[in-house]
Amino acid sequence: MSARENILRRIRSQSGREGTTTDAERAAAREHIAKHTRGPLPSIAQGDPVERFVAECARVKTSVEQLASGQDVPKAAAQYLAQNALPQRAVGWSALAGLDWQGAGIQFEDRLANKDDLVGVTDCFCAIGETGTLLLLSSPTTPKLHALLPETHICVVSRSRIVTCVEDAFALLRKERGELPRATFFVSGPSRTADIEQTIVIGAHGPYRVHVLLVP
Amino acid sequence: MEVRSMHFKATASGKLNDAVLQGAMKKAKGKFVDGRAAAVAEIDVWQPMRTHAAALRDLTIANLDAYLLEFEANATRRGAIVHWAESAAEANDIIVRIARDNAVKIATKSKSMVSEEISLNDALDAAGVEVVETDLGEYILQLAKEPPSHIVAPAVHKTKEQVADLFVAAHHKPRLTDIPSMTLEAREVLREKFLSADMGISGANFVIAETGTTLTVTNEGNADMVTTIPRIHVVVTGIEKVIPTLEDFATLIRLLPRSAIGQTVSNYLTLTTGVKGEGDLDGPEQMHIVLIDAGRTKLVGSDMQEMLRCIRCGACMNHCPVYQNVGGHAYGWVYPGPMGSVLTPTYVGIENAGDLPNAATFCGECQVVCPVKIPLPDLMRKWRERQFTQQLRPWSERAGIAVWSAFATRPTLYAWSTRVAARVAALLGGAKRRITWLPGLDGWTDGRDMPAPTGKTFRELYAARRSGGGRLL
Repeated sequence: MSARENILRRIRSQSGREGTTTDAERAAAREHIAKHTRGPLPSIAQGDPVERFVAECARVKTSVEQLASGQDVPKAAAQYLAQNALPQRAVGWSALAGLDWQGAGIQFEDRLANKDDLVGVTDCFCAIGETGTLLLLSSPTTPKLHALLPETHICVVSRSRIVTCVEDAFALLRKERGELPRATFFVSGPSRTADIEQTIVIGAHGPYRVHVLLVP
Repeated sequence: MEVRSMHFKATASGKLNDAVLQGAMKKAKGKFVDGRAAAVAEIDVWQPMRTHAAALRDLTIANLDAYLLEFEANATRRGAIVHWAESAAEANDIIVRIARDNAVKIATKSKSMVSEEISLNDALDAAGVEVVETDLGEYILQLAKEPPSHIVAPAVHKTKEQVADLFVAAHHKPRLTDIPSMTLEAREVLREKFLSADMGISGANFVIAETGTTLTVTNEGNADMVTTIPRIHVVVTGIEKVIPTLEDFATLIRLLPRSAIGQTVSNYLTLTTGVKGEGDLDGPEQMHIVLIDAGRTKLVGSDMQEMLRCIRCGACMNHCPVYQNVGGHAYGWVYPGPMGSVLTPTYVGIENAGDLPNAATFCGECQVVCPVKIPLPDLMRKWRERQFTQQLRPWSERAGIAVWSAFATRPTLYAWSTRVAARVAALLGGAKRRITWLPGLDGWTDGRDMPAPTGKTFRELYAARRSGGGRLL
């Protein structure tokens, strides 16, 4: 008997069920899963998700700038980098490569981020109002490292893609993508630690800054 | 991890007299307790959420085999390899074999209490693999060659001065005591390790049956590095961590960071499903998931099954008056505090951990703060009962309980003897009405005085009231 069979058998005999897992039991589990039963949703998560998103971003120390148009992204990014004394150079996701970065004075590179990149630019699948969270999905054109290795992560978020809660984000994901990609990445603010004397320090292993450019 | 729980009494006494530890524990206590209270107060449906979470955990455990098989099928479909291990040794063998087969030299690790259970670092070290802990707290403890003292904040017992000394010895750089600069120094050292590792090892806060996903919660982002950069990703986790759906994850993730450290959300929720796909620029080529029993099936179907609901938030220890005073190391194994006092005897044997279920005041706070409503005092009480019936407690304690039981089961005798005892205790209290010494109980009275009873027993007052004597007091 393999470890797998032994463990499964022990689970069953401990709970007074003999034999191996039946098809009916497997089907019952799948049926339960298919219901996607939701738990109670706190009142604070309800209401206008965009308003809530902006307020929660402040709590998790993600800065937010609201823009009138998606075309304003490069200019706003350039200003943000200048304010933070950062170089006007960024590595970013392909979908954003078509914006006029050159016109804003930013050297934009569409390739995988590496350890020397200081600024990573991404958009996101959606954002979650309840907790001020960005939801990034990995794919050949949206690698995760852009949001992880650089010290600064700039994320373009569309107002129309801000949902109320995690459950709504998963419902949207199922509808539009069918299933989870390799990496499903929820980001709520810059990386932090409190492992030395419970003192919060921003910038543990991931970005020091997360800046959202909110577009229509 | 080596079991030292049989030395609880001696270790705990030492910890109570350790001024550095006492200082560190005092600092931590306020942050955890006040932080949780504020975060929970925002949620109007906290109690219904706890009830929902407890029910979903119970449902999964009641059909654990079916949900594990569902998880295995979905993870396999996405290219992961699922391994099963009955014991710590089996789990280590599996992981060492993966490392050898792939000529792994460096493995980076994000925090995993299951890996502490099985002493995975020692096994990999013996196989010639350099293992690097990357959670800042775990990294500090790896340098100190110490086990974690808390399941969420592993280095909570360390002061920044102690950490500064460890960094000087390991990094050979000028001594820093400013916490942000120390954190930056560790970031730079560990960044190199992240980028050069062949294998990434993570635990899993949950694994999701619906999608075959493993899930890690961090604030530092280290689990993201560990699961994205190396060519091999190994997940090591317990069989009880499976949950049915993404919706269940949504509920549990509202409870977990609030209960743990009073955070509304952890910075990074990292869901990994299978291996690098075609055209992907990052992600591992191999994903191995090691599902470990190592004692968990003993709880299935038992009168302590509720313990398997545990989501490892640490709220029970943060709120425990015993933990707050002795710290995590006194408990002598991976899991301290009330959850540890139930789990440790199960996993390592009650004969090796007999003091743990007795190191509780039964104030009940652990049960009140538990996000999945585990009746921790009841479960500890069950261990005490088993110890009594198996004659595992000292004869004096068993004799004491037998004597008490003889009185307590004879109402007339009990009423008479408590009347006498109350009068004698009042005399012992003297003018100050404080009892400072009790025959045979000096272990108790050495450390504290007891207010002396001053009047009648409860039964006398109750009888007086029943017969129309008026007010109780």
